[in-house]
Amino acid sequence: MKRRGSLRYTIEVRALRVIRPLGIAFFVLVCVFPFLYMALLSVRDISEVIASPGTLIPPLDQITFDAYSRVLRSVEDGGEGFGRFLLNSAGVALGTVVVTLIVSTLGAYAVARLEFFGRRQVHFLFLAVYLFPPILLAIPLFVAFSRLGLRGQLPMLVIVYVAQTLPICVYMLRNYFETVPKSLEEAAEVDGATRLQIIRKITLPLAVPAIAATGLFVFMIAWNEFLFALLFLVEDRQNWTVSLGVSQLKNVETPETTLMAGSLILTIPIIVLFMFAERLMTEGLTRGAEKG
Amino acid sequence: MALAARLPGSRRRRARGARARRESRAGLALVSPTFVVVLVMVVLPVLWALVLSFQRIRLFQVRSVDLIGGEYTLRNYDLLLGSSGFLEAARTTLLYSVFGTAGSIVLGLAAALLVRRSFRGRGLVRAVMLLPWVAPVVAVTFVWQVLLSPQFGFVNAVGTELLGWDAPIPFLSQERGELSLFGIGIGVPTALLVVIAFESWKSFPFAFLFILARLQATPGELEEAAKVDGATPTQILRHILLPQLAGVIALLAVLRFIFTFNAFDEIYLLTNGGAGTQVLATQVYAFLTARNDVGAAAAVAMFMAAVLAILLFVYVRFFAERERERAA
Repeated sequence: MKRRGSLRYTIEVRALRVIRPLGIAFFVLVCVFPFLYMALLSVRDISEVIASPGTLIPPLDQITFDAYSRVLRSVEDGGEGFGRFLLNSAGVALGTVVVTLIVSTLGAYAVARLEFFGRRQVHFLFLAVYLFPPILLAIPLFVAFSRLGLRGQLPMLVIVYVAQTLPICVYMLRNYFETVPKSLEEAAEVDGATRLQIIRKITLPLAVPAIAATGLFVFMIAWNEFLFALLFLVEDRQNWTVSLGVSQLKNVETPETTLMAGSLILTIPIIVLFMFAERLMTEGLTRGAEKG
Repeated sequence: MALAARLPGSRRRRARGARARRESRAGLALVSPTFVVVLVMVVLPVLWALVLSFQRIRLFQVRSVDLIGGEYTLRNYDLLLGSSGFLEAARTTLLYSVFGTAGSIVLGLAAALLVRRSFRGRGLVRAVMLLPWVAPVVAVTFVWQVLLSPQFGFVNAVGTELLGWDAPIPFLSQERGELSLFGIGIGVPTALLVVIAFESWKSFPFAFLFILARLQATPGELEEAAKVDGATPTQILRHILLPQLAGVIALLAVLRFIFTFNAFDEIYLLTNGGAGTQVLATQVYAFLTARNDVGAAAAVAMFMAAVLAILLFVYVRFFAERERERAA
C-alpha cells in the first residue's frame, strides 16, 4: 500500500471531499424533485402548463385548487369521487393490517421460539409467495373469484393482500422476537403460565414497537397495491381504491394537472406515515441482513 | 428448564420429551393460520394455474366451463414457442431485469457509501432517499410520464430550451432513438432505457437500505488499520468494503432480479407494453384481458415461474453452497 503522502492518496481524498456533497445533493434532488413537481403542477392550470412547460413555480395569482376539488367531489357533483376511494383504500389497508398482524405474530413467535416439525422448512413458504409472479396468482384467483361471484368484493382483496404480506411480516417479526431474551418467558413458564398467557402478557408488550412497524409496512403495501385492485375491482367504480382511481383518471380525458392532484392525494398519506416511522420500519426490515 | 434441572436423570428425560411434544404441538398450532393462508392463496392457485395452462379456456367461459376435467392440450405452449411476440417479450424481460437489477444495486451502493459517515441532516437525507421506494407506484409512474411528456414535460422543455435539442424526445413512445456521441449516431432502445431507469430509480432505496445496514455493522478496525497504512479511499473500497458487502449484494441481486422479472405495474403504467417494452408480465395481462385467453395467459405465467425456479436452483446450488463451504 502507498504511503499517506502519495499523490494518489492526496488526489483521491481531495476529489472525495468534492464528490461526496455533490453526490448527496444529486440523490436528494433526484428523489425529491418528482414529488415537488407533482405538487407544483397540481396547483396550476393545464393551459398555462402547456404554454410554459419549462416554468416550475407558477405565478402566485395563477395558483388554483380546482384540480383538488374536481378529484375529491363525488361523481354526482361532477367530480371523480376520490372521497369514496380514500375510504375504500383505508378500509382495505386497515383490514389487511389487522388480519396480517394477528396471523403473522403467532407464526413468527412459533418460528422464533418453538421447536416443531417443519420449523426449518418455513422459509419455503416465503419462497412460494415471492418467487411466483403476482400475475401468475392473479389468473386462478380471478377465475375462482369470478366463479364464486365474489370478485368485486373488497374483503376478497384483503385476503389476497394478507397472503402477499404475510411472509415478509413473519420474517420481520421473527427477527425481532429472536432479539428478546428467552429468560423472561422461561421464568413465566416456571410460574405456571400457559403458552398463550406468555405470548399475551410478556412477549407482545415487549414487541409493540416491532409490531407497529410491521403494521405500518403492511399498510403501505396494501395502500400502494395496484395489480390485484385493477383485475378485481375495475368494473365496479364504487369499490375502487385510490391507486385504481388515479390510474383510471388517465383513461378519461383528464388534464394532467388533475392527474397530479390525484397522485398527490394518493401519495401524501404514505409520506406522512413514513416520516413518522421511517426508522422503526427500516430497522425491522434489515435487522436480519446485518449479519451478512 | 429450571425445574427440569432439579429432577433426577430419567424423570428429567421424560419431562423433556413431554415438553418437546407440547412445544411441537403449540408451534404447529400457532403457525397453522400462516400456513393455511399461504396454501389457499398461493400454493393451490399456482397448481391450478399449471392445470389451466394445459387447457383451452376463454375468459367468458370461466363461469360455466368444467375447470378440472375438460380436455388437456399442449396448444398454449405450442402457440407461445412459435410466436415472435413471446420470444421478443422474453428477451425484453431479461434485459429489463438484468439492467434494472444492476442499476438499482449500483445506485444503492453509491448512495450508501455517500451517507455512511455522519453529517448534519443525515437522518433526513436518509429518509428522503427512501421516497421513491415507499411512494405508490401509480403516482410516481404518472409524474415520470408528465415529466417526460413531449408536449409539456419539464425534461423536454429544458432539453429544447437550454440543451439545444432539435426536437422534444417522446421518451415513452419511441422504440428506437439515435444517440449522437462525438458525431457518431448510435441506435438506442429509448423507451426500454427509460423504463429501466425508472426501475433503477424506484428500487435503489431497497438496495441502499440493506447495504447501509451491512456497512454500519462492519467492524471499523480493518478500515482504520488500512488508513494508517496509507490506503486510498478507492483501495479501501476495493479491498476492504466490497469483499464484506459481497454477501449482501449477491442476496440483493437475487431478490431484485426476482422482483423485477415479475414486475407488472411499472411497465403497464408507463408504456402499457408499447414501444418495445412488452415484458412477460404485461403479456400475461394482455392475453387475459384483451384476448380473453386464460390458457395462454397461464402458460406465459408458468413459463415465468419456471425460469425463476431454474435460476434460483442454480443460485442455491452453486453460490449459496460455496458461500457456506467458505464459511465452514
